[in-house]
Amino acid sequence: MPLPDPQLTPALEERAARVSLFRKLVKNPVGLIALIFLGLLVLSAIFAPLLAPADPNTASLQEVLAPPGGEHPLGADSAGRDVLSRLLFATRFSLAGALLALAVAAVIGVVSGLIAGYFGKWFDSVSSWFAGLLMALPGIVVLLAARAVLGPSMWLSMAIFGVLLSPAFFRLVYASVSAVRNELYVDAARVAGLSDARIIARHILTVVRAPVIIQAAMITGIAIAIQAGLDFLGLGDTTVPSWGSMLNDAFAKIYTNPDLMIWPASAIALTCIALTLLANVMRDELERTAGPVKRRKNRNRDTEAPIVKAAHLSTVGMATISEEERRLALEQPTASEPREIVHPVVVHPDPEDGGRSSTGNPFGEELLSVRNLAVGYDQPDGSIKVVVNDVSLRVRRGEVHGLIGESGSGKTQTAWSVLRLLPDGGRVIDGSISFEGKDLAHATENEMTKLRGAKIAYIPQEPMSNLDASFTIGSQLVEPMRVVLGLGKAEATKRALGLLERVGIPNPQRTFDAYPHEVSGGMAQRVLIAGAISCDPDLLIADEPTTALDVTVQAEVLSLLRELQAELNMGVILVTHNFGVVADLCDRVSVMRAGRIVETGPVRSIFAAPQHEYTKALFAAILEEGEPRGELVAAQTEKEGLR
Amino acid sequence: MLRFILRRLASGVVLIVVISTIAFGLLYVGGGDIARRILGQTATAETVAQKTEQLGLNRPLYEQFVDWVSHAVVGDFGTSWFTGQEVIQAISSRVAVTLSLVIGATLISAIVAVLLGVWAARRRGWPDRLVQVISVLGFAIPGFLIALGLVIVFAINLGWFKPTGFVQFATSPSGWLSSITLPVIALAIGGIAGVTQQIRGSVIDALRQDYVRTLRSRGLSANRVIYKHVLRNAGGPALAVLAVQFVGLLGGAVIVEQVFAIPGLGQVAVSATNQGDIPLVMGLVVVTAIIVVVVNLVIDILQGFLNPKVRLS
Repeated sequence: MPLPDPQLTPALEERAARVSLFRKLVKNPVGLIALIFLGLLVLSAIFAPLLAPADPNTASLQEVLAPPGGEHPLGADSAGRDVLSRLLFATRFSLAGALLALAVAAVIGVVSGLIAGYFGKWFDSVSSWFAGLLMALPGIVVLLAARAVLGPSMWLSMAIFGVLLSPAFFRLVYASVSAVRNELYVDAARVAGLSDARIIARHILTVVRAPVIIQAAMITGIAIAIQAGLDFLGLGDTTVPSWGSMLNDAFAKIYTNPDLMIWPASAIALTCIALTLLANVMRDELERTAGPVKRRKNRNRDTEAPIVKAAHLSTVGMATISEEERRLALEQPTASEPREIVHPVVVHPDPEDGGRSSTGNPFGEELLSVRNLAVGYDQPDGSIKVVVNDVSLRVRRGEVHGLIGESGSGKTQTAWSVLRLLPDGGRVIDGSISFEGKDLAHATENEMTKLRGAKIAYIPQEPMSNLDASFTIGSQLVEPMRVVLGLGKAEATKRALGLLERVGIPNPQRTFDAYPHEVSGGMAQRVLIAGAISCDPDLLIADEPTTALDVTVQAEVLSLLRELQAELNMGVILVTHNFGVVADLCDRVSVMRAGRIVETGPVRSIFAAPQHEYTKALFAAILEEGEPRGELVAAQTEKEGLR
Repeated sequence: MLRFILRRLASGVVLIVVISTIAFGLLYVGGGDIARRILGQTATAETVAQKTEQLGLNRPLYEQFVDWVSHAVVGDFGTSWFTGQEVIQAISSRVAVTLSLVIGATLISAIVAVLLGVWAARRRGWPDRLVQVISVLGFAIPGFLIALGLVIVFAINLGWFKPTGFVQFATSPSGWLSSITLPVIALAIGGIAGVTQQIRGSVIDALRQDYVRTLRSRGLSANRVIYKHVLRNAGGPALAVLAVQFVGLLGGAVIVEQVFAIPGLGQVAVSATNQGDIPLVMGLVVVTAIIVVVVNLVIDILQGFLNPKVRLS
């Protein structure tokens, strides 16, 4: 891909960003109202001398506390000054003071943040430390101390307050700049021979502009509040009308004329609210624009390896399947999609020798029977996005049922819906989940809580993120056993140590006392397996239990799982994207694609004679991509499989 | 853990030293003007010179500073130029009042913020929007306006509380409680707004973590996972916000004390500022810095307790 012209693109983006942010602000009703209010405020401040009916400081004994009406539309204050005129001029001075503080804070903060973030070195540490210092003391205490020496000048106070507020800008700019400094396009600009000043102006300022504007709205609000506070304390300049001094005057008459407080108080409150709302709306709009990109990134990170694989698989598969199917696969199935285009599931018959598991045990009674399950997510617009459709599967005691398919095929969603632990917004929208005779699809949360852990257990994919970093491994094992089995602390601890030993952890006591970040990924996965089997479950749901592990560790964990399954005679749902794992562990496999099961049956017969185009494509992908492996059925010894 | 605390303590001491030095430099730099301001514009040059000498302001700045430091380290911040009262006494008799306001407001903000934040994060929908609105208003409206509103509604119109005046706890515990209720609420609302947002955000984040699903898959109830595991993980960032809020509340107390006529540090600060009572102002700055450092230390220790990784670093 050719590098974009470093000079051209940001300039274009910049203009686009500026226009669209403003347009979005105007479109948002809250943003529009806040903007209009602030606009009117600024206009009345500018034209105060024209609008005011009287001089704001002319006192008149006859007019003391005159009621509203006539010559004084809003009445007169305790010195007989016209309230409306004072309000208009106060707006002028209050806004000017706040803008002075804002200007000082922005200049100091942005400049020092740019220098510290872009050039770093000693200036970086000195200014960061100084920013911390400025934020350590309450602003008003510093302002009071300054006033003791400098006297009651509003402009001086606001300039000092600007210095105190500058860390807000400094930290913001510093953080954005140090993040951007090493971006490729900045490097490109540097290589292209642009000067530092130019790079800062073109590239860096573009990045920090929006957050700085948002911060500026907040800072102005804070400055207005603190200035009003100072004047309210009577520490301000008495010759300058301000909202705070009007409030101070009114406060003295709080018993006789509380109405006097209404105007300055609402001016302060409404201005601060308008500024905060404006900042919030701008931030929300920016986040909304950046949102989808971020989400896409996250998803890529979560399932990086499988996605690459899946992309390959799909293209292989596509070549051989019909146009109709391709359309189905490309589009996310939705509720509005007509249901008729369902292709029949290819079902392989059970082998003649009846049910014997790979471990030699005969299968026991039926544990889980999922029928016509559909899982959907509620969308903001009221529709439902269906991610699993018409899925039926069955697990008997002692049987390992593999769910295989590419990322996004609905394997994990199916597994979570059995546990009834779907993410926010997700729910079972159709079908039944029958577990030991109980319908889980309609069970209450309380009933589910009693089943989870005790009867149905779960092993997650990513070992590290599935342990709570704030608690020791031991306490995370002990807590569920105490709750589920009602064990005492000593008993549960003993059992936890035994489990850790059982899953092959060399020094159980040390791991028991460790925090999750102190153990390796393989160890953490063993801990999670120990946790899953800690309450003797009947059904174990393992969601890609080896995907995140090193290849050598994968083999060990798989054989541990096989041993435990045979030992406890559990039924298992094994979610995987790896045919090697299926061959190794499973008795039965269901191939999933785009939220549906396309082929299901005993492992041997599917490996021997895959029927569905998609299953064939999956196998073809292994053959085309990997080294020659001989007979597929012989892949049972293969641990690496697809990876 | 001990080394962690000691390092924090050391950096706190450095902070106090730096703040005192800067404050001293700024406050004492204009020696002659200070005497002039105390005596007023009508004073003659001789009396000003006399006063300057009497207060020791004619000595070189570093000499005054060494003098001040050598007394300050043993807790002697000099005497007030106006009341003749010892600075340390003037402050210590009032620090408890201000701290009871600020600590009360901090605790209430923390508790209410946890409840509101968890509620909003779990229910989403309208509770979430309601909490958002409350947070924006509470954040935007200055604390002293809220204080004024509370006085007008609950003290003047409804008469539930006395609008002003402070009752010592020793005099009457119930009177004390009633006298600090409105000020504490006025202070707490701003704190609640800030901390609720943080708790809400952290809880939403934490709820999306994989370990929440895993813990629930082991048979722990949603409430148990949220209040034990999620909240502990959300606690770190929330505590950091609480520390910032505390500094803000300390500042807010200055004005709120004025509204309710509460004899706390704020009142001393305002009168000392008005008079130019430099030794008292200096003492106030140092005491505030010490309070801030101690509170941050406590928060750091709590952070270490909540997050094992902090303890190790």
